Amino acid sequence: MSDVSPTLQELGARMVQGTPQAAALGLRLVSAAPGVASMAVPYRADLVGDPDTGVLAGGVITSLLDHACGLAVSSLAFASGASGGMATLDLRIDYMRPAEPGREVIALARCYKITQSIGFVRASAFEDDEDNPVATAQAAFALGRAPAPA
Amino acid sequence: MTDPREERLTTLLASVPYMRFLGMKAELAGDEMTAILPFSPHLVGNVTLPALHGGVLGAFLEMTALCQLAVREPLRRQPRTIDVTIEYLRPGRALTTYARADVRKVGRRIANVHVEAWQEARASPVAALRGHFMLSLAE
Repeated sequence: MSDVSPTLQELGARMVQGTPQAAALGLRLVSAAPGVASMAVPYRADLVGDPDTGVLAGGVITSLLDHACGLAVSSLAFASGASGGMATLDLRIDYMRPAEPGREVIALARCYKITQSIGFVRASAFEDDEDNPVATAQAAFALGRAPAPA
Repeated sequence: MTDPREERLTTLLASVPYMRFLGMKAELAGDEMTAILPFSPHLVGNVTLPALHGGVLGAFLEMTALCQLAVREPLRRQPRTIDVTIEYLRPGRALTTYARADVRKVGRRIANVHVEAWQEARASPVAALRGHFMLSLAE
């Protein structure tokens, strides 16, 4: 079995399959737990950013990290029973090194603080070793409120 | 004769697979470039609104910076992104998105670039990016 808990399985699946951009990139849910999410993007020729080196585009890593961060935040909001959408406020990405051509890239995101209105997340992207990241990210998300009854 | 800047821009847009994946284009007026991202269903991140994926907006801004750097001067290799900070100001709606980049400083090896994206009105940006890029200048 995978290490995706059943309550979050649906949320994770929805984030991956129900999001057109995630589906277009071929994102794969690796794991989801309250406050922690992991997703992977496959290596594909049409996602290459530098044809001379065959390295995946930075933008692919940006979308992967943004998406994993979003799931980390919403999994925590989900666990606490909150509803409503959410929006990225800002996202800072440091690119340590080019991703290895031919290999999928995994993002691991941790929402380390959530308030009534904001979720704070850190994430990293790597091929197989979290301690040797391709990129690290820091993001803040604004949490939506369920609309008040009319 | 073709403007060498135009030629570098056209070559870049045609040769980078990910720029084609996004479907981005660009127009050049002298040294002023406007990057264009036509709306496409595969760019959506939130189907309910619907809104463009935050990663797509960030990626478009970063690609715009790379295009502007290519327009600015001949480069031996594509610049490597060192870091980017993306600010999300408004939801990116199911509309064409435009972006312009401002190369704030180019040092010996590192460029600082600011990029802003908008949809219906330039005065109401949807997202902005500040980033550093490592350059490999042509000899």
